[in-house]
Amino acid sequence: MFEDLSTKLESAFKSVSGQARLSDINVAETVREIRRALLDADVNYEVARSLTSAVKEKALGQGGLASVTPGQQFTKIVYDELVSALGQEQEEITFSQVPPTVILIAGLQGSGKTTFSAKLAKWLKDQGKNPMLAAADVYRPAAVDQLRTLASDIDVPVHSIAEKDALRVAKEAVSEAKKAARDVLIIDTAGRMHVDEHMMDEVSRIRQTVNATEVLFVVDAMTGQDAVNTARQFNKQIDFDGVVLTKLDGDTRGGAAISIRNVVDKPIKFVSTGEKMDTISPFYPDRMAQRILGMGDVVTLVEKA
Amino acid sequence: EKTRSGFLDKISKTLVGKDKVDDEVLDDLEEVLITSDVGVKTTLEVIRRIEERVARDKYVSSSELQNILREEITDLLIENEPGRPAEFDADLSNKPHVIMVVGVNGVGKTTTIGKLSHMYKEAGKNVMLGAGDTFRAGAVEQLKIWSERAGVTLIQQGQGADPAAVAFDTVASAKSKGADVVLVDTAGRLHNRKALMSELGKIKRVMGKVVEGAPHEVLLVLDASTGQNAMQQAKAFTEVVDVTGLALTKLDGTAKGGIVIGISHEMSVPVKYIGVGEKIEDLQVFERAGFVNALFSRQSKDN
Ligand SMILES: Nc1nc2c(ncn2[C@@H]2O[C@H](COP(=O)(O)OP(=O)(O)OP(=O)(O)O)[C@@H](O)[C@H]2O)c(=O)[nH]1
Ligand SMILES: Nc1nc2c(ncn2[C@@H]2O[C@H](COP(=O)(O)OP(=O)(O)OP(=O)(O)O)[C@@H](O)[C@H]2O)c(=O)[nH]1
Ligand SMILES: [Mg+2]
Ligand SMILES: [Mg+2]
Repeated sequence: MFEDLSTKLESAFKSVSGQARLSDINVAETVREIRRALLDADVNYEVARSLTSAVKEKALGQGGLASVTPGQQFTKIVYDELVSALGQEQEEITFSQVPPTVILIAGLQGSGKTTFSAKLAKWLKDQGKNPMLAAADVYRPAAVDQLRTLASDIDVPVHSIAEKDALRVAKEAVSEAKKAARDVLIIDTAGRMHVDEHMMDEVSRIRQTVNATEVLFVVDAMTGQDAVNTARQFNKQIDFDGVVLTKLDGDTRGGAAISIRNVVDKPIKFVSTGEKMDTISPFYPDRMAQRILGMGDVVTLVEKA
Repeated sequence: EKTRSGFLDKISKTLVGKDKVDDEVLDDLEEVLITSDVGVKTTLEVIRRIEERVARDKYVSSSELQNILREEITDLLIENEPGRPAEFDADLSNKPHVIMVVGVNGVGKTTTIGKLSHMYKEAGKNVMLGAGDTFRAGAVEQLKIWSERAGVTLIQQGQGADPAAVAFDTVASAKSKGADVVLVDTAGRLHNRKALMSELGKIKRVMGKVVEGAPHEVLLVLDASTGQNAMQQAKAFTEVVDVTGLALTKLDGTAKGGIVIGISHEMSVPVKYIGVGEKIEDLQVFERAGFVNALFSRQSKDN
């Protein structure tokens, strides 16, 4: 694995030219090195390709900077491209004018939806909101149990029904929330494959029926190349408003974040970094870009130059 | 429309009669492999092997060439050891045959155990399960439902219990009741969490105190949608509990799970099972040729 892109790029320059200056030849070699680093970080193949060609153009356009090495200069260009691809601004969730704000949580199996639903409830509660949860996963064994256990730890009520009808749970939960004067309703749904027409149809019907204020697509940060396919399909079916990246407490680079932003142009709104209820935070594009590149100091170094 | 089988035809046509593979073809091969999560390192290894073969056996026919490509990739996937059969009706040399199931969060461990217990039972084996995930909310209940679906016995001590004690209990109980197969579930844990990983080592060790050599199989579950991080997972879990087999889940989506090729090759560990859905019968014994064909046969783009 690459620990520090800049070190690698430095050696790429040396091996090609014997001298550290920007030229067509060493640029080509460097671009290949960058592409490989992005692929190792799970950035999608196509996305890595378009990113590197943008980087190449910028680098050739800039010429050499006297104060930094070409390796550092390149790293900075890549970093800036990533930050801009990830979305410069930090984006918040939208609340409805008329309560309850309905937040629908969807994604593939095992991505972390149920855990995140509870965490979000706690996060909102800590901000003075009055949330409620709905257990609309009627398929996974013990899904309701799981949500109830988590919810009782954070002291948030859950709406569920015995019957296996996700649409009904969701619909009823909205009226429950109104009745109980809850200002936010978070609906947890079953994990589903983007290619499962029946299940995708279910979630899009839930979205319409509850007239969701905010739809969040939950993605495992360890996802590889397929992130583009799933994000594209989910977006097509439920037109989500934001992305949640989970399991960032691992050591994955998280290149999927770039891939998703690239194919759907929806902001990443939260990251999840553990199994405990307080491991949720907003998304910071600059931190993510550094993580993907596996670097720290180079950016500040070049910034000062 | 661009399909992967189209790619195979193309690569064959361009390669036939040459002793060098053109860059364009290599780029295409690279695209197929990288987009299947095979990873840069293993992709370069495959390309190196193809180039060597083409340089050596020039003027190969189109069908031969397709086979070479398949062979070189299949070759990287190591074969199952006879001592640890994947087939459910095979004779097992240990009684009980203890299987410990490990992996990061949400990959499909519990579901795979549910499916495996069903398969073993169908094959006439007496199966016992241990609810070793005492941590995650609803985990014991989830495995309980699976044990009922499969009609097998579950040993559990509820949420919050010591997982090593549950594992010990399960194996002891299986031994005294003469069970054939024991499957022990464990809580999902990220491989970079030192304390949780050493807990796993402890869970493994206590089983060996009840039955000599147990667990006889340590199955690492990997999610097919996981990218390059799966390699780190395989390394870290192997270090702590010496993984003996892989199960690749969620192949019913569009992810190809190509990372297992590099893992299998580098770590000499066979892929044993694949998960293809959420139902109890959605598990298959891994088949190398079928897996490799699937890398090329499905569509590469969904536009
Ligand atoms: N380490 C870590 N584990 C997480 C995180 N988020 C969720 N998990 C764990 O990942 C596993 C799956 O999480 P769930 O919340 O059950 O995922 P889900 O998307 O609801 O799963 P399904 O309902 O089966 O589709 C559980 O073991 C969680 O504890 C995270 O940010 N970090
Ligand atoms: N489509 C599909 N879903 C699967 C497959 N295997 C498991 N799942 C689903 O993935 C989700 C997580 O599965 P679990 O068995 O709970 O995973 P786990 O590894 O035990 O999770 P933790 O114990 O929380 O770490 C559930 O929704 C399962 O139904 C598979 O092969 N295909
Ligand atoms: Mg769930
Ligand atoms: Mg489990």
